[in-house]
Amino acid sequence: MSMSGTKKSGINWIALAPWIYTIGLFVVWELAVRLFAIRPTILPAPSAIVGALYQYWPAIQRHSIQTLFTTTLGFGLAVVGGLALGLLIGWSRMIYAGLYPLMVGFNAIPKVAVVPILVIWFGIGTIPAVLTAFLIAFFPIVVNVATGLATIEPETEDVLRALGARKMDIMLKVGIPRSMPYFFGSLKVAITLAFVGSVISETIAANSGLGYMMAAAQSQFNVPLVFAGLIMLAIEGIVMYAVMAWVETRMTGWAHRSQLANA
Amino acid sequence: MGDHLVRIENVDMRYGGEGGVLAVSGLNIAVEKGEFAAVVGPSGCGKSTLMRLVTGLHIPQTGSVVVAGQQVTKPVSIVGMAFQNPTMLPWRTTLDNILLPLEIVDKHRKRLRAHKAEYVAQAERLLEIVGLKGFGDKFPWQLSGGMQQRANLCRALIHEPELLMLDEPFGALDAFTREELWQVIRDLHAQQDVTIVLVTHDLREAVYLADRVFVMSARPGRVLHEHKIDFPRPRELELMYDPAFTKKVQELRGEIADARQVA
Repeated sequence: MSMSGTKKSGINWIALAPWIYTIGLFVVWELAVRLFAIRPTILPAPSAIVGALYQYWPAIQRHSIQTLFTTTLGFGLAVVGGLALGLLIGWSRMIYAGLYPLMVGFNAIPKVAVVPILVIWFGIGTIPAVLTAFLIAFFPIVVNVATGLATIEPETEDVLRALGARKMDIMLKVGIPRSMPYFFGSLKVAITLAFVGSVISETIAANSGLGYMMAAAQSQFNVPLVFAGLIMLAIEGIVMYAVMAWVETRMTGWAHRSQLANA
Repeated sequence: MGDHLVRIENVDMRYGGEGGVLAVSGLNIAVEKGEFAAVVGPSGCGKSTLMRLVTGLHIPQTGSVVVAGQQVTKPVSIVGMAFQNPTMLPWRTTLDNILLPLEIVDKHRKRLRAHKAEYVAQAERLLEIVGLKGFGDKFPWQLSGGMQQRANLCRALIHEPELLMLDEPFGALDAFTREELWQVIRDLHAQQDVTIVLVTHDLREAVYLADRVFVMSARPGRVLHEHKIDFPRPRELELMYDPAFTKKVQELRGEIADARQVA
């Protein structure tokens, strides 16, 4: 039904769906606030949030850029560190066995508990935010890269080893290219987590960034500004996620196409 | 006793240390240079162990494995291998997949860059023999299962191995594709100066292709019977409807049934 509808009207409803649903959400939100006369200190209407965005734009812009900066920096460190440690862990079963429990334990620690320690070491501000983003985004990258290396087909390894391949050959020719789809796939998860990390740190211990701005606005009961911060975070998150998804299809298109062919 | 390329004498191979599973015991197999040998037997008879012994991926606890006059103590790069799973690397084109062994084998990896054109021509020639002319720039996922297995054979042969070890390479293919590939491998054997050892469950395949068939016992595997198959070459598929052919297959079937009984 929808297929024939698409053909007749020439409108691609699937491509429009994200916009329609998003606008729908805000319309329902606006109507609900007006209909039930909800106070702006409880839940501001989208129109009030837009008002706050407009009114405080210079500050919002500055804090948004700060958060984007700390997040991308922490994420960049997580990419470099996660890729390196993932390759190291995937390299040998011994290192894997030794480090894996440590990493699981470390990952189980709520990162919000680490922020005060970072503050003791580095003071409040940008560095704890960058490091919290790094610490939280690091784990999925390591696990994915190591998984890619650990799941090389034994037959492939046999064929190459019988030819006299060294461990390094197998890594370079098979392991690393093979783990790339896992790596790029993990970036989408990691960038989202990096925002969580930087905002946690900014909320607790910073004097700039969206986390700080929202905490400050909250203490003044400026709830529309808190929501304006949330909206900016959501926008930054969606944009960065889309960038990572684009990078993923660009870099490892073969993985998607070969899956399609097998399906 | 002619010129043996592979000679396995009194080999025991046990997995998992003392008290582990004894995969083969008292194994004796000799394959002449240029011969096409097939190994059949009940499942779990140690056929894959045989593959790994000959290629030097496993070193036996007792007995000796001699390939091309050399005691096998490490992987021997004069061997090409192909398994049931074609294990083409999906990020490489078919041609680059076929050239992969040249990037590994010591003798070739140093010459590869300077003599690329020569090796590519060799790969194209193999592709033509197996009926994949013009498919070199396709990616593996663009090929059917049978075509991937043809490319797999090319990859096993690109470094001009003296010995080709095939582990049920046609097991996952449909009956018609399998018959086509029987003819491909028959022609390869006739045209290339190569000795082939084929491990298979398919008795008709063994009798159709091989000069000599070894029947193995259930675990721990050893050779129970050895058959010389002297149907004249080149053999056509019609041979399989010849009463002498059927008689041979039935004889083998009986022997394997006995081997299973004992186990």
